[in-house]
Amino acid sequence: MIQTAVVFSLYAVGVAMLLSLYRLLRGPSMPDRILALDTLYVNTIALLILFGMYLDSSIYFEAALIIAMLGFVGTVMLSKYVMRRDIVE
Amino acid sequence: MSVAFEILMTGLLAIGCVFVVIGSFGLVKLSDFYKRLHGPTKATTLGVGCILVASIGHHATLGDGLGLRELLITAFLFITAPISAHLMAKAALSLDRQRPRQPATDDLSAPPGTTDRP
Repeated sequence: MIQTAVVFSLYAVGVAMLLSLYRLLRGPSMPDRILALDTLYVNTIALLILFGMYLDSSIYFEAALIIAMLGFVGTVMLSKYVMRRDIVE
Repeated sequence: MSVAFEILMTGLLAIGCVFVVIGSFGLVKLSDFYKRLHGPTKATTLGVGCILVASIGHHATLGDGLGLRELLITAFLFITAPISAHLMAKAALSLDRQRPRQPATDDLSAPPGTTDRP
């Protein structure tokens, strides 16, 4: 039962990633693309966690944690670049 | 593994993936950037939080013990999502200040002083 739910959730998160990829490619303005990239990071965390549940393995948590931290840093840096046109202040 | 525990896990996974899909669908469907900001920053964060809680339960039944790393990821996501949303809104506001957009068409957004007053 859990395995079926995990497979279904993998499909659902894949659909969500495709939707945010559409916004990443289409996005009319720069903050739209930043937001779509941030959503892709968060969806990737969910996908890695679900894949770890699917394989009954726990080695994907470190990868998810690193993606969470670096995704946040990337979002902050891109937003600062859009605001100030300069990263290192 | 008892049946009630399986039902709880499956419910958490279902709620999580529904919220993740709703967040990304809002990102595609809504019309303005400031409206689009609400979908991923709230719904997707809640959905990923539900999936991580389900993962804690799943790995606790495998004999790995109660993992704190998933709680770490959950806390990190719940802390950083409002900060990144705030920074993206500030970036969009500064872009709007540089290049004024076309005014929206509804009456509420008319500048003050231009509406009819008795």
